[in-house]
Amino acid sequence: MTNMGRDWLIKGGTIIDPSTGTLEVADILVEGGQITGVAPSITQRGIPVIEARGLWVVPGLIDIHVHFRDPGYEYKETIETGLAAAGAGGFTQVCCMANTLPVNDTGAITFYMVEKAKKVGGPLLHPVGAITKEQKGESLAEMGDMVDMGAVAVSDDGNPVMNSEVMRRAMEYASHFGIPVVDHCEDKNLSAGGSIHEGEVSTRLGIKGIPSASEEVAVARDLCLARQTGTRIHLQHLSSKGSVELVKWAKDLGIPVTCEVTPHHLALTHQAVESYDTSTKVNPPLRTQEDRQALIEALAQGIIDCVASDHAPHSLKEKDVEYDLAAFGISGVETALGVVLQLVHEGKLTPMRAIETLSTAPARIMGLEGGSLKVGQPAHITLIDPEKTWRVKPEKMLSKGKNTPFAGWELKGKAVITMVEGKVVWKDETIGESGNDQR
Amino acid sequence: MLRGRDLVALADLSGEEILYLLETAQAMKEVLTRDIKKVPTLRGKTVVNLFFEPSTRTRTSFEIAGKRLSADVVNFSAATSSLTKGETLKDTARNIEAMVVDAVVVRHKASGAVRYLARELDVPVINAGDGSHEHPTQGLLDIFTIKERKGSVEGLKVAIAGDITHSRVARSDIHGLLKLGCQVVVVGPPTMVPPDVERLGVSVSSSVEEVLGEVDVVIMLRIQMERQSSPLFPSLREYSRYFGLNMEKLKDVSRDLLIMHPGPVNWGVELSPEVAYHPRNVILDQVTNGVAVRMAVLYALIGG
Repeated sequence: MTNMGRDWLIKGGTIIDPSTGTLEVADILVEGGQITGVAPSITQRGIPVIEARGLWVVPGLIDIHVHFRDPGYEYKETIETGLAAAGAGGFTQVCCMANTLPVNDTGAITFYMVEKAKKVGGPLLHPVGAITKEQKGESLAEMGDMVDMGAVAVSDDGNPVMNSEVMRRAMEYASHFGIPVVDHCEDKNLSAGGSIHEGEVSTRLGIKGIPSASEEVAVARDLCLARQTGTRIHLQHLSSKGSVELVKWAKDLGIPVTCEVTPHHLALTHQAVESYDTSTKVNPPLRTQEDRQALIEALAQGIIDCVASDHAPHSLKEKDVEYDLAAFGISGVETALGVVLQLVHEGKLTPMRAIETLSTAPARIMGLEGGSLKVGQPAHITLIDPEKTWRVKPEKMLSKGKNTPFAGWELKGKAVITMVEGKVVWKDETIGESGNDQR
Repeated sequence: MLRGRDLVALADLSGEEILYLLETAQAMKEVLTRDIKKVPTLRGKTVVNLFFEPSTRTRTSFEIAGKRLSADVVNFSAATSSLTKGETLKDTARNIEAMVVDAVVVRHKASGAVRYLARELDVPVINAGDGSHEHPTQGLLDIFTIKERKGSVEGLKVAIAGDITHSRVARSDIHGLLKLGCQVVVVGPPTMVPPDVERLGVSVSSSVEEVLGEVDVVIMLRIQMERQSSPLFPSLREYSRYFGLNMEKLKDVSRDLLIMHPGPVNWGVELSPEVAYHPRNVILDQVTNGVAVRMAVLYALIGG
């Protein structure tokens, strides 16, 4: 039989599949890029074996919030480098935000992104189109066209729609196409000029703060609009305890909302800013220990649905400057899994919940295939060595963006094989010959 | 004790180091009383005043301080020009350093910019004010002035009144005074007192009248006129009425109270014009002491 590189027998790994609740040691058979068998012991001649003893075999990870900067800011990242970085981070699918140049507010830009990603190969790329033309918050972008070309949602992301009437109409219009409105919650008047969380550290450093309320008033507004319109909204990167409380209120009422948290908000607080290190400058800002604890608990309990990296690569030009002038953003797609796994090692998340937040939940939120190891699913599979310790070295990252506050951190747990439709798009160097291609 | 180091923030110094600088400043002040007000201590050293934000008195004070010590002092006003040419802060500073200088005195509008430069440059960097972060030589001269008048600073209670949120002077004063065993109370409208300021070790009051009766020193901060257009306070008139100092408010106050201000004063706003002649007003002493303190800092960092 011909192996187009899409047939594999993954043997002896620990299957963690949140879509079925499966947690067991088993083999997985992949044929023609599809999962064709999951059983305690599979033997199949002529198919290359991946020895997965000691590894977690999980549905391919999905990052629904990345910035690949392409088109327009290719010096920060390209679709090639972004997808390579995503693969190295264990991600098999990503959703790209629309703040490119030009903004992804037409079917043509969406088409470009999709086609370029296909040409590159690797993880699957799903564009998120703009809500409004040029993300200016004024008139609606051509959502239908973008959806036709492959957009899976709409968002103005970091340029949130400040006009409540425009946001209301955007939600109504988006509902026609069955896509969620993805929402960066920030009242730009309250946050104007701020660089870090407003609190003890901003007071000490003399840097203008961004109050938690700038996020919370926007969360509250958009929950009310979702209730009014019935449109499903997805709130990005929650950063404050108050936002979690509002989302809990909304979910209890049955308002159609999902939300995400980033690895950096789970791992860091505003104390990290004390050194004026611009790699800690991110929007929403790193907040207090109390906020961080609330986010971790909400993620464990399911109030927060998923983790997304908000991968925001920047060049030195944007980051090697005065803190006030530095761009917001963290290059996070390669460290996301490792940072989330710290919570597993600390006993704050179960392995099952961790994988759910990184795969099954994001698939559900964006309506993507995947997030499951059921027979018949495309073989988007990530193999994770949960015990592998590694040091974060920005210079070794595949992303062009070296802007990480985790530089020098030792993390435990890493993707060692990332497989998209049966094709291995990333293999850790330590996996090499020993495990692979045994016939 | 501080040779070769940077002076970015009083928060970085120990109480002992601050006292050492104050003692050195005392010796420097003696130089200023001589007929020939110049010593050869820093002959052959070059100090660059790198000012990215307009300043007359701080820059002049540093310039005089350097010259009294026989250093060559060069002023570089980058104000806005370097940015418009596309040159970064780092570029500018590296270029100055490459001209082989011994110290760089930096003022910049961004908090943290001086810390950033101190990390980038090998020569000592002295902070002449960075955004709303710190203005350590102002803090030192304030403490020097208090010490000069009161003999000692330990155990004193000091009020700092005005726009605490945006004041680099307030932050340097707070850190310096606390390290020397003072109590500090900050006073201002709630729109100008930053969140969690108590965590710095100070107490908060919203009434100038109330604190005047219980403090040994009051430092009135300058209200920046451009804040008027923001929603921080309704008018200069109302600010002055509630948070300014005038003879009426000073009427029943202990005659030992020191009245200070980092200058330049907006007369009629934070201080009423008559306060200029109040016997306990030491604002001009602060200016004189500023030269002595900056001489001490230059000597401590690049002397010998």
